[in-house]
Amino acid sequence: MNFDDTPQEAAFRSEARAWIDANAPRELEAQLSRPSVGRVKLDGIDIITASKAWQKTKAAGGWACLHWPKEYGGRGASPIERVIWQQEEGVYDKLSGVFLIGQGMCGPTMMAYASEEQKRRYLPPLASGEEIWCQLFSEPSAGSDVAGLRTRAEKQGDEWVINGQKIWTSGAHYSDYGIVITRTDPTVPKHKGLTMFFLSMKTPGVEVRPIKQANGGQEFNEVYFTDVRIPDAQRLGAVNDGWNVSLTTLMNERLSIGARVWTGFSEIFAFCSDFMTENGPALDDRAVRSRLANWAVRHSGLKYTSYRSISALSRGERPGPENSIGKLVSGSMMQDIAAFALDLQGAAGALTDPELAEAAGQFQSMLLQSPSGRIAGGTDEILRNIVAERVLGLPGDIRVDKDMPFNQVPTRGRKS
Amino acid sequence: MNFDFSEQQKQLRDEARRYLAEHSSPKAVRAVLDGAAPFDRALWKGLGGMGFLGVAVPEEFGGAGAGHLELCVIAEEMGRALAPVPFSSSIYLATEAIMLAGDDDQKRRLLPGLASGQTIGTLALFERPGNPSPRAIAATVAGGVLSGTKVPVADGAIADLAVVAARSGSGGRDTDISLYIVDLAGKGVTRKTLANLDPTREQAEIVFQDCPAELLGPAGEGWSILTRVLDRAAVLMAFEQVGGADRALEMGRDYALDRIAFGRPIGSFQAVKHMLADMYVSATLARSNAYYGAWALSTDAAELPEAAATARISATQAFQHCAKNNIQVHGGMGFTWEFDCHLYYRRANALALSLGSLSYWEDQLIDRLRSRNAA
Repeated sequence: MNFDDTPQEAAFRSEARAWIDANAPRELEAQLSRPSVGRVKLDGIDIITASKAWQKTKAAGGWACLHWPKEYGGRGASPIERVIWQQEEGVYDKLSGVFLIGQGMCGPTMMAYASEEQKRRYLPPLASGEEIWCQLFSEPSAGSDVAGLRTRAEKQGDEWVINGQKIWTSGAHYSDYGIVITRTDPTVPKHKGLTMFFLSMKTPGVEVRPIKQANGGQEFNEVYFTDVRIPDAQRLGAVNDGWNVSLTTLMNERLSIGARVWTGFSEIFAFCSDFMTENGPALDDRAVRSRLANWAVRHSGLKYTSYRSISALSRGERPGPENSIGKLVSGSMMQDIAAFALDLQGAAGALTDPELAEAAGQFQSMLLQSPSGRIAGGTDEILRNIVAERVLGLPGDIRVDKDMPFNQVPTRGRKS
Repeated sequence: MNFDFSEQQKQLRDEARRYLAEHSSPKAVRAVLDGAAPFDRALWKGLGGMGFLGVAVPEEFGGAGAGHLELCVIAEEMGRALAPVPFSSSIYLATEAIMLAGDDDQKRRLLPGLASGQTIGTLALFERPGNPSPRAIAATVAGGVLSGTKVPVADGAIADLAVVAARSGSGGRDTDISLYIVDLAGKGVTRKTLANLDPTREQAEIVFQDCPAELLGPAGEGWSILTRVLDRAAVLMAFEQVGGADRALEMGRDYALDRIAFGRPIGSFQAVKHMLADMYVSATLARSNAYYGAWALSTDAAELPEAAATARISATQAFQHCAKNNIQVHGGMGFTWEFDCHLYYRRANALALSLGSLSYWEDQLIDRLRSRNAA
């Protein structure tokens, strides 16, 4: 048992480190090192401009989308090399956020289902950050139950005509392309009548409207489709096989393991070390210590769980199911930590003015941001279902609409 | 990175699991529960014969000379099987203390018996309610003889020797404490078995009256040695707790699949599924933290104090959580004497209190994180 690199891993690490030392945007290091909640903000430069510049530099040096084949703009690296790269990239990793969905979800789907010509056209600029992609899956009436989506695609000649509405689309307002899942046959059960496409976000009839979030931020969008016409060549996978196409994408994600665990523990520990109560530092208080110890072991547990998965990758194996607990633990932990930090501050905890608020208002921001951590990318409830069913082997939920033609599934609850 | 046990260590784990499935069956555990004997003598002898007891003891002192990672995988299986034997007292505490602080003569004299199981050892620390503290020790050694009362002492009535923490100076300082080895069959020792939460593990009161006591480690350094022994034991105990937590989770999962209510397996109800998912989460966090502790223990890393406290807290929480919700999943049947759920519930709660309870380890962890951050 050890944390050491194999000789090949060590060689890869020093190559990556040397390249990063020579090429990273040092002028942004201090800003990127600040604790940030949600979207990163930079002074004097737009985050997308900065992200595109760093991604372009990486692509030119052969360090973009490491695990992709070289002919599509990647490096042909192994999963463990990808983890080592993330560890070495450090705070500059925050400049990858805008590419995450495109490179993590859309790219692998294109790789599996697009034509060779399309792959050569679209994947390299996706890898180099010249073109940003988004994923158009969720809808107002299809969140956790995404297969209940209602955006229609109808075949007319050699074209498809798309009508409907997507929601919670991250980055749609700055994306160039997107993959979109649609309903092509409403007369069969819901999972069986879906088809996947990709399209330019500039296609006539696509309209992006930002959503103002509960915390005042704007990271997500509604996307409306009105008679949007795209050629059949932009279909990904067979007609009515879109559900399986979307699963292929999601399966890939299991090999992607974050190099760092963020739970808010370091921030709350530092805060309690510095914050003075009437009886001295908060860290001397018995109740505070107990709460902190509880979070410390959850933070540590996630960190060493990811190390176990990384070890499996290092041996060339697929990681076990243990990583599925990550967001379930960190999501509610951040929410609890934020509320606890405010509680220590008493009435002043309600202040969000960055000049006056303790710790530059970071816990107030965390409090308002944290509900989304328990919803986006799978709600806590869906994640518990996944652990129960896929890890523990418990029965799936009873689905009353499973075998029902989609157009007969009830659409209204009590307020109809 | 290879943050995992080796293939050989995993084979040892499988071997221990098979052995314990046969020799520490629920029936064997229940024989001790029902008072047939204070511990399972045949199992203890068998574990010695398999070489499981002395796995971390160097060969020159009669052990297998493997290491602490091997001891960790065996500890996990002892926890899973609820082995009704003085494994933690004799191995994690007495043997570790002697390996850590004993002189060559003491190691030569005492370790072979502990490694084979012929001798049972324990640690006599507590004297009254509360957590480990040098101020809570009143037992005193003067002129080479020990007097005082220790309660509770795990496996105190069945042990042959005890490592005893006693006051060797007159002030209330940490440096007034020394460790001693006492022959429990010797004169001046009176022992009494005490009823306790988990009758599959014995607890006793020991009264020492002018007993001959042999110094273990330098005089006046007893508390610092003891702190290190407790850290090492915390990692090993964490594996025992992780093994118990995993088994309790499996029992709950199996019952949820088999038990039908409202026309369907109860494991298809989200309330039950989510409870089991949360048990999996705490068991997984505890296992990963225990691995961190195992790494620190086996490499004698500077992080050991922090890793030990982390492993201990996480494992205590996980075993308590899984044992308690295993009963809940079982419903009324979980509250019967006949079902084994209460055996895990008893063991989880008894282990949570040994070696210092949660609040003690929470304090230790915060102190250790603070001093690391200050450094």
